[in-house]
Amino acid sequence: MSKALAISKRELLAYFSTPLAYVFIVIFLALAGATTFYFGGFFQRGQADLQSFFSFHPWLYLFLIPSVGMRLWAEERKSGTIELLMTLPVSTTQAVAGKFIAAWIFAGIALALTFPIWITVNYLGSPDNGVIVAGYVASFLMAGAFLAIGSFVSALTRNQVIAFVITAAVCFVFMMSGLEPVQSAFRGLNNAFIVDLVASLSFLTNFDAITRGVFDLRDFIYMASVIGVFLFANVVIVDLKKGS
Amino acid sequence: MGAMLDIQGLTKQFGQFTAVDDVSFSVAAGEVLGFLGPNGSGKSTTMKMVTGFLTPTAGTAVVCGNDVTRDPIAVKRHIGYLPEGAPLYEDMTPSGMLSFVADVRGLSGAERRNGIDNAVDKLQLNEVFNQQIGTLSKGFKRRVGLAQAIIHDPDVLILDEPTDGLDPNQKHHVRQLIADMSKDKVIVISTHVLEEVDAVCSRAIVIARGKMIADGTPSDLERRSSYYNAVSVRLHRDHVATLKEALNGIGDIDRVETGDHIGDMAHVVVVAKNGATIIETVNARMSDRKIAIEQLYVERGRLEEVFRQLTGDEQGENA
Repeated sequence: MSKALAISKRELLAYFSTPLAYVFIVIFLALAGATTFYFGGFFQRGQADLQSFFSFHPWLYLFLIPSVGMRLWAEERKSGTIELLMTLPVSTTQAVAGKFIAAWIFAGIALALTFPIWITVNYLGSPDNGVIVAGYVASFLMAGAFLAIGSFVSALTRNQVIAFVITAAVCFVFMMSGLEPVQSAFRGLNNAFIVDLVASLSFLTNFDAITRGVFDLRDFIYMASVIGVFLFANVVIVDLKKGS
Repeated sequence: MGAMLDIQGLTKQFGQFTAVDDVSFSVAAGEVLGFLGPNGSGKSTTMKMVTGFLTPTAGTAVVCGNDVTRDPIAVKRHIGYLPEGAPLYEDMTPSGMLSFVADVRGLSGAERRNGIDNAVDKLQLNEVFNQQIGTLSKGFKRRVGLAQAIIHDPDVLILDEPTDGLDPNQKHHVRQLIADMSKDKVIVISTHVLEEVDAVCSRAIVIARGKMIADGTPSDLERRSSYYNAVSVRLHRDHVATLKEALNGIGDIDRVETGDHIGDMAHVVVVAKNGATIIETVNARMSDRKIAIEQLYVERGRLEEVFRQLTGDEQGENA
């Protein structure tokens, strides 16, 4: 485990050694604020909750999180450092976990920096802080799920731009699977099970439920399973493709 | 002490292409093995399998008693590896990079401190210790790559083209370093620079198209050269004809080659048959005829010729 943490530490420092970290955090905070107040109608709604804040997170993550995940493996393969990393005494699982944890911590830092909005809503009214905590946890888990997808896709290519685009596309499919256009397509099959299955795979459906205060453990388990499945696939892909 | 590195029938196929074909050898502590071969002959692929980066299609490598196909982590613990081209995290400093490698290798306390200090000291990285690696010269990058390979004082050191792209001073320094460290370690270096084999290796293996085609000391290889024991003579060009005539009828002489002359001086190489010792006979004939010579020496054999001989035919099939 300490080896995975050594890798996490290096990765995390790598984020902050380039402008990427600062650009990401500033853009994320600016967009999180703008969407909450302009599109979400934070004040107009007249309610002391952060639903207008959380409901845009999936969309922000859709194009911001792939930029965090895209370099994880693509860069290692392009620069050849993967040979250095994978000939150190670490298992592929440790390397994958280490990198993922670093990216997740980084996303967590950006998310944590939105704390002023929590203070604001508490100053203006008396929100249900339990729901807000659940919202933060769900948002953090969703960022993790996007990152796991991003890390997996990044291992498939040595080109970071391709990794970005494909990650965004895959995440989009996962998000949209609960929405009408996708649902109506599956409804043609006349099989309620499949329609429900596809709907249950949706980030949006799972995420919205939590942020509205509908607390279902299955939503959390869903996010955690997405992370688990994609990281497992990530390990397999790194082992398969590291030499090529 | 037996073999610290034992390679048994190592084979790697990429689809239909066989990059490394049934390579076996073992290396004992104290040996510096030069791994020779043209580009694309399978040197790097072999090293990647030994270091656990690539999984062999067949065969295995045993490093200090650990089988790389069964326990790659244990093997990696015993090996220090400089990959081809010395890839490094360019956004880090040598300080950060070495700390990272020490952490991942599980070094702590005095061991960690000494490991890093020693590596920095040996490779003279002090002046760039806190500079971003991406901004360093090629020579320094290579030295950082070597430093990370020796930080844990490994039993087996595998260096893929360690002096490639270095200037003569840096090359000399790296070779010195390799020689200094070789006492109780196994060191394997791959190279296509033949002077390197002469300079640092106690043993050389030649590989071409994935197959091992020669294994011996550098002088064993030199002995295979048609120039082994040839006599080089530098003399005034007017005497060349006399010399050629004087050498007539010596059974051990294969041929006499005349090189270009520089000014009035000509260079003649008397090539021996099957590496026979001809210097005494040649010398005697020359003093008989009172031929004045500027310079006379016995060649040790030309590694480059042997290398071309051994690997050239194989490539001919390709063409």
